Amino acid sequence: MLTNSFVLGAAAAHTGVNWGDVIFQLVMFIVLMVLLKIFAWGPLMGIMKQREEHVAGEISAAEQSRVEAKKLLEEQRSLLKEARSEAQGLIENAKKQGDIQRDEIIAVARTEAERIKESAKLEIEQQKEKAVAAIREQVASLSVLIASKVIEKELNAADQDKLINEYIQEAGDKR
Amino acid sequence: MHHEAPIVKFLGLHFNLANILMITVASAIVFLLAVLSTRKLAMKPTGMQNFMEWVMDFVKNIINSTMDWKDGGRFHILGITIIMYIFVSNVLGLPFSVVVDGVLWWKSPTADPAVTLTLATLIVGLSHFYGVKMRGAGAYGREFFKPFWFMFPIKIIEEFANTLTLGLRLYGNIYAGEILLSLLAAGLATGVGGTIAAALPMLVWQGFSLFVGAIQSFIFCMLTMVYLAHKVSSDH
Repeated sequence: MLTNSFVLGAAAAHTGVNWGDVIFQLVMFIVLMVLLKIFAWGPLMGIMKQREEHVAGEISAAEQSRVEAKKLLEEQRSLLKEARSEAQGLIENAKKQGDIQRDEIIAVARTEAERIKESAKLEIEQQKEKAVAAIREQVASLSVLIASKVIEKELNAADQDKLINEYIQEAGDKR
Repeated sequence: MHHEAPIVKFLGLHFNLANILMITVASAIVFLLAVLSTRKLAMKPTGMQNFMEWVMDFVKNIINSTMDWKDGGRFHILGITIIMYIFVSNVLGLPFSVVVDGVLWWKSPTADPAVTLTLATLIVGLSHFYGVKMRGAGAYGREFFKPFWFMFPIKIIEEFANTLTLGLRLYGNIYAGEILLSLLAAGLATGVGGTIAAALPMLVWQGFSLFVGAIQSFIFCMLTMVYLAHKVSSDH
């Protein structure tokens, strides 16, 4: 019994090939393959392809955004540089402007002072002249007054002498 | 132990009903497994979808290792179906076998040479078909006379040898596994002590058979792609 079991097909009722099995296996396998293609592998391959495309798309999008970011960064950097140099320029300009203004103000102040000095001098001169003129006028009127007083008292010499002395005295006292 | 096969004659053909049953069961399991795991497809794969995608990538790598994807892409579905069907067939006989009135009903369908040789013949036939289809009859025919004309008989023998080895390798491995399992189960486990003594080798052998089943399905798929590449690629 045990030795028999090792002999291939020793106890089989039918020793030929089971062609029915062959055909059935063939048909079953082909049917299985077709069904699986329709119901399982097809959709699965579809989604795998879709994912592949999605990943590829995402990668290219990331690449693109990276390039864009780089470009933006470069732009920002150049803008910053520009702004910095502009600020430098502005400061320089302001400094220069300040210097110029300072010089201008000093010059203006200097001329103003000069002018004021001039005008003060002029006024002093004028006042002096005025004063001299006033003295002159007074001297003249005083002379006239003296003269008229002299003429009034011309009658006698004694009187005249007296008068002159008086006046001289007077003048002397006053001066 | 040897058991009778339930053979019936129908339309002049002999059908082994156990084979018919097991082929159907294996096909149904593969189909259900594949369909159920691809019901909810998502861009972010989860659970069984991950497994199925792994199988697809696995077969894709097998194809890529033998030929250009441009040529081999069309065999992708064939490869996945073969590897899954043969693996499921190989392990079907592992957990138990069912014997009713001395007639073996539940076993691995690949433990029958008719089944494995059918698959092998299908593969070799496909390789010839695609060889003619993709390279033309002239280039296909010239392959038989390369590198020397007198190699022609050897090349012819090679085709039959390929078919036989492809089918019989699978059959031998699985059939031997089942024989040993049935010997352990029926020959040794006759009493309480025998059952206990048989449990450990049984367990070991089942684990090994699972490994053998996986390896054999991989080898079958690999050789399928090798034979197809041999006929389809022009650089051989």
